[in-house]
Amino acid sequence: MADNKNKTAASSGYGAAVKLFLKENLGIIIAFLVLCVFLSVYPETRGSFFTRQNIFNVLRQISTNLFLACGMTMVIILGGIDLSVGSIIALSGCVSAGCVARHGIPLPIALLVGVAIGLVVGMFNGFVISRTTIPAFIVTLATMNIAKGLAYVYTGGSPVRVMSEEWRFIGAGYIGIIPTPVVILVFVLIITAIIMNRTKMGRHMYAVGGNPQAARFSGVKVAKVKFFVHAFSGLMAGLAGIVLASRMYSGQPTAGDGAEMDAIAAVVVGGTSMSGGSGKIGGTIIGGLIIGVLNNGLNLLNVNSFWQYVVKGIVILLAVFIDYVRNKGKK
Amino acid sequence: MKHIHKKFPGVYALKDINFELREGEVHALLGENGAGKSTLIKVLGGIYSADQGEIVINGKTVTIDSVKAAQENGIAIIHQELVLVPYMTVAENIFLGREPMKGGFVDKKKMNEEAQRLIDAYHMELSPTTLIAHLTIAQQQMVEIVKAISYNSKILVMDEPTSSISEKEVAFLFDTMRNLVKKGAGIIYISHKMSELEDICDRVTVIRDGEYVGTEVVKDTCKDNLIAMMVGRELKNYYTRDFLEPGETVLKCENISDGEIAENVNFEVKKGEIVGFAGLVGAGRSEVMKSIFGLVPKSSGAVYIEGKKADIKSPVDALKYGIALVPEDRKAEGLYLVQSVRFNSTIEVLSNFIKGIHVDSAKERKITQEFIDKMATKTPSQEQMIGKLSGGNQQKVLIGRWLATNPKVLILDEPTRGVDVGAKSEIYVIMNELVKHGVSIIMISSELPEIIGMSDRIYIMAHGKMKGCLSHEEATQENIMRLAAE
Repeated sequence: MADNKNKTAASSGYGAAVKLFLKENLGIIIAFLVLCVFLSVYPETRGSFFTRQNIFNVLRQISTNLFLACGMTMVIILGGIDLSVGSIIALSGCVSAGCVARHGIPLPIALLVGVAIGLVVGMFNGFVISRTTIPAFIVTLATMNIAKGLAYVYTGGSPVRVMSEEWRFIGAGYIGIIPTPVVILVFVLIITAIIMNRTKMGRHMYAVGGNPQAARFSGVKVAKVKFFVHAFSGLMAGLAGIVLASRMYSGQPTAGDGAEMDAIAAVVVGGTSMSGGSGKIGGTIIGGLIIGVLNNGLNLLNVNSFWQYVVKGIVILLAVFIDYVRNKGKK
Repeated sequence: MKHIHKKFPGVYALKDINFELREGEVHALLGENGAGKSTLIKVLGGIYSADQGEIVINGKTVTIDSVKAAQENGIAIIHQELVLVPYMTVAENIFLGREPMKGGFVDKKKMNEEAQRLIDAYHMELSPTTLIAHLTIAQQQMVEIVKAISYNSKILVMDEPTSSISEKEVAFLFDTMRNLVKKGAGIIYISHKMSELEDICDRVTVIRDGEYVGTEVVKDTCKDNLIAMMVGRELKNYYTRDFLEPGETVLKCENISDGEIAENVNFEVKKGEIVGFAGLVGAGRSEVMKSIFGLVPKSSGAVYIEGKKADIKSPVDALKYGIALVPEDRKAEGLYLVQSVRFNSTIEVLSNFIKGIHVDSAKERKITQEFIDKMATKTPSQEQMIGKLSGGNQQKVLIGRWLATNPKVLILDEPTRGVDVGAKSEIYVIMNELVKHGVSIIMISSELPEIIGMSDRIYIMAHGKMKGCLSHEEATQENIMRLAAE
């Protein structure tokens, strides 16, 4: 009897998961669909929004933000924050571009160096945060400045140009008909979802974020979890750095300015609580999509870029507010 | 309060409840967790509003639709979890939001004087300028009481004020309460500790499943009668225990010190034994257990499991050696409140169903269900958020969590604190079953009847030192207190 019950529950596991996902994120899913429908039917954008070219373009733009948001989701579930990711984009992009343009290092190695720089900065964040009680906010605020500074020092303040088609592949190229960053993004999202939902490390993240004291009693290696999560966040930022540098033909010390804020916005719009302990990568994906489509729509509508900030802020607030109202109703 | 009704979606939380508080009395409100005590108090305090019924104060029907309205009607509630601002002084906390002003600035001098006057009126040892963070929980309670008095409150509600303070502090609290009622206040007193009722309460009202059961004069009733009223059945053998002959020594601890309180503590636990640890709050019992479990480093001492020396540096090691510790403070040290019963049940045994990136969800549900059944936990589903269960059920999930690790020695630190009588007796039954199956249990408890009723042997600690060990036959409340209060 009991076994039977378990089996039926297991076979409907995926259906139930999808249903739960829809239920939990209903507010932002609706917001996203409304946005898309509006842009598809509104006279000024009707012809330009729903084209293959534009959709790939949006996805390409979203990919860097979502790389960051993958790491950021984990960091925020831990109850922390990672402010350094924007600066890591600049540093990893500049050094990677520099490796090719200035030192003649083969492209694959140069790209790996870029990613590795992100990983090293993330590991440093993780090391300090896991060994001390200094808040993640402070530690990553410091490394944010250090990484940004190093990017300026290395480049002397001007972009490092790379004029080769190979360099363009990772950020602006295609695999088949799909843009390369989108392929990488799908890969990264799958890995992130697996880590968060299917590994012990994932469970331990929720435990440490939910109640660090209880996690110690439960035999969770709290320091190890914190280290891993911050290292992962750094790695994602390094990846975002080389993808962006490739798309821009150059490593630029100003690249990634404020990128951490867009990543945080995607995570929070996606329903992850800033107080830690709960949140899902699925929500973050939708959060990232909303912000990406919104940016694109505002451009297509020729909205003045100064006003774009205002609109973006309002939409973030609205999206979070819808879920706030729904959750309040439940209680 | 007359004919109070309160419905929540799907649940009838309060059904026609009557409660009467006289001037100058301490009136206990008794009931199992989930009986509706908190809901009733929240209605009185203006946090919830009743669907039906009325609240009458001094013959006048009043409307209490907000916390402010409750305050204006002289009602003050001292919650179980204290709500003071830690980095402000005693006086600042008392006058928070209504500081005496002088020329646009806070008149600190006047505020401190006023606070001192209130403190003196009740012979408390507090300084108005101390930071709350530097006070003990008992002292913080006193500040809450002074704050309530400063609002001219005539009706005081105290929700389990003695759950985390020492016996001496309880005595002082009771003195203060007697003082308060002498001056004409009425106190509604909520507690799970039946023994306290005789000491402090005049009358007692029992509610069960949101319904009014009855009101008794404390002097004219007995404990068994009240328990029967609370659970709706007679609890004959409250402490379930078959005392069997224990086996070989499983755990032996030599000269355990933690460098703070505990000093050269020695004890041993045999297979199938329940060993009680008695002592006053602050005697160092929890600290000894935490150092054995690897949570705090030992400054000296050795732990032997089944005769072999165990090198325990962290809880991870301890669990490997078969030692499990269910912590004292459920909320702070145990629960992942925003997560499900399932998450909370299986966090220690993830290796049993997560291999690499393969999650065997069916097995996870099976493990969860096994311990829900074993512990007789009442939960609507495995996916229920644990924060929404009652204290007793939360505790059962936690005990189940550590049981799932299949421990040789299970350390329970205050396993029945804040747990209602029904769930308490269920926990005793489970403990009895466990030791029959060869698990050894160490139980720290501040409730002497419980420790005497359940333990084969009782170690008594005071000021970080081991004061003695009494067998089940030797142990009486007097014997234990004599050693504990040395």
